[in-house]
Amino acid sequence: MMLSGWGRFPRQACAVARPRDEDELRALVARGGAIARGNGRSYGDSAMSQANTVDMTAFDRMIAFDPQSGQLVVEAGVLLADVITSFLPRGWFPAVVPGTKHVTIGGMVAADVHGKNHHGEGSFGNFVDWLDVMGADGIVRRASRDAKPELFAWTIGSMGLGGVVLRVAFRLRPVETALVRQTTIPCPDLNAAIDSIEAHQCATYSVAWIDCLASGAALGRSLVMLGEHAARAELPVGDRHHALNVAARRQLPFPVDPPASLVNGLSVRAFNALYFRVHSRKAPTRLVDWDGFFFPLDAVRDWNRLYGRKGFAQFQCALPLAAARTGLRQLLEVISAAGSGSFLAVLKRFAPQESRFSFPMEGFTLALDFPATARSLALMSRLDDIVLAHGGRFYLAKDSRMTAATLAASDDRVVAFRRMRQESGNAAAFASAQSERLEL
Amino acid sequence: MSDGPVLILGARSDIGLAVAHRFAAAGHPIQLAARVAATLERDRTDIALRHDVAVTVHEFDALATESHAAFVDALPELPEVAVCAVGRLGEETESERDVTAAVLVMRSNYEGPASVMGELANRFESRGSGTLIGISSVAGERGRATNYVYGSAKAGFTAFLSGLRNRLAGKGVHVITVLPGFVATRMTAGMDLPQALTTSPAEVAQRIFAATRHRRDIVYVKPVWRLVMLGIRLIPESIFKKTSI
Repeated sequence: MMLSGWGRFPRQACAVARPRDEDELRALVARGGAIARGNGRSYGDSAMSQANTVDMTAFDRMIAFDPQSGQLVVEAGVLLADVITSFLPRGWFPAVVPGTKHVTIGGMVAADVHGKNHHGEGSFGNFVDWLDVMGADGIVRRASRDAKPELFAWTIGSMGLGGVVLRVAFRLRPVETALVRQTTIPCPDLNAAIDSIEAHQCATYSVAWIDCLASGAALGRSLVMLGEHAARAELPVGDRHHALNVAARRQLPFPVDPPASLVNGLSVRAFNALYFRVHSRKAPTRLVDWDGFFFPLDAVRDWNRLYGRKGFAQFQCALPLAAARTGLRQLLEVISAAGSGSFLAVLKRFAPQESRFSFPMEGFTLALDFPATARSLALMSRLDDIVLAHGGRFYLAKDSRMTAATLAASDDRVVAFRRMRQESGNAAAFASAQSERLEL
Repeated sequence: MSDGPVLILGARSDIGLAVAHRFAAAGHPIQLAARVAATLERDRTDIALRHDVAVTVHEFDALATESHAAFVDALPELPEVAVCAVGRLGEETESERDVTAAVLVMRSNYEGPASVMGELANRFESRGSGTLIGISSVAGERGRATNYVYGSAKAGFTAFLSGLRNRLAGKGVHVITVLPGFVATRMTAGMDLPQALTTSPAEVAQRIFAATRHRRDIVYVKPVWRLVMLGIRLIPESIFKKTSI
């Protein structure tokens, strides 16, 4: 069947099988060239293999929960959204969540996702206690920091290229309410935004939305948003009895495929202007619901259709701390001058991270999306060069178009990753369209 | 509707499981019943964890009709809602060749389900409350060359449910006949189903849940099936016998 990532670019005809148990999965892995696919929310071609895409959504059982430690054990195909709707009413919230709740826990491991708390708490892998992984030989092994630490370390962030994750034990954090106390700080330019983020390192959650089309003195004009899980006592007395009410918002559908992208210089300019005005007018600190704070885009189902039939490409890089200011300035200048603005531009601080192949590094990460047009793709190649010149790297869960040479130049861990794949037999057993493009 | 226990007969089926999840999400304790009940452990834990409700598993063999009375009596509590998702599609060509295979399809889709629903009906009647939900099939509305063995058994089950509803109306017991049409499940895996007529187990479960709340009698999960079957029933037999619908 025709398959794509969330960006709907690229699209390829892929053989897809949906195993129901470990034996069926083992038979698929034995064929070679397999890649596990969860809910298909990585943006590019990470979770598709023309020869052998393995749909893991039948592995969707929750297995155990320990209310002492907050450890939840699930099969890899369980959705993050289901974890939240099941456990938030009982006072638990996942320790790390990405920008959408429609991901599988297996996918969160594969991409070692980060959230708005990376600067303080690191990526999802930090909260994984153990994993069950099926290797190239079809054997399922339990890996943790103590038992099979090599397998554990390689699997987290390996984009599914180190084996198929079957079960995950990870931590939830106790919360008193389903609300987040959000503080919004308008910043007139990039330096002010970075200063504000650095000054608020103690906030649990922090992220900035950048108006990419602002230029000149206003380059990098941003809204910095900070968040804390609200305590019960912060709620009006009358609301406290339903403090953990998780009633999901109604999703607005986006029912059509516009013939061309609705995202262009004009619409983005209008959106950003409106967005800034609305948020600058609202109280700087207020209580917002979990869904709106963590997953604002999930409010519009199928928002990826906004970009039209051709789809879109995400661009997310990380720049090391020392080079972040100059690097970000150059990136924003090029984007602003090109005028083909990204609807969403998100800036976020990363803490240092020790991992084999995960994306985060200490510094700043910038995420953008562009319609998948020749013009935007050319622009992104220019952005690649700026990132390379500043010692940065790229997020594979977002990538759909980078070259193998760019990846190799950005990340010297690639050599060890390839060696691990060769030595373990994974190189033949597991492959995605992305791993072939990037020669992993 | 209160939040009493919901019994799922044929709990290993995709539809049975989906219905269990839907009622559990609304806070109902769940009783899962199927053959080799031990293999339901994974689902028992999953439903209990997700929805924070009590879930029990019970050994149940739809074909062992002599055991049905004892099965119902052994339940920890007489359920408020009982859903029968027992069924077997079989291979029509095998059913044609092999009478034993055909009888198995007939017993699985009619005799077994009707027997256990009968036992439950009597107990619900003496209690004066409860909802009985039978998952039958549009295949029971007219016999067709491609699946008449299955269809004839479902026709029997549909008639049984209709009669049961008639008998128990006014006795506080409600009976719902569910006609799903095509559902993408393990039972139909590999079949080439038309998308407009095909639904998902979750959708079937949602319709069953809503029908229970609203005390519906007959539920076509996809309303278009009501029209499709009306059309199929209206074709005169002299013409119908020459078609291959």
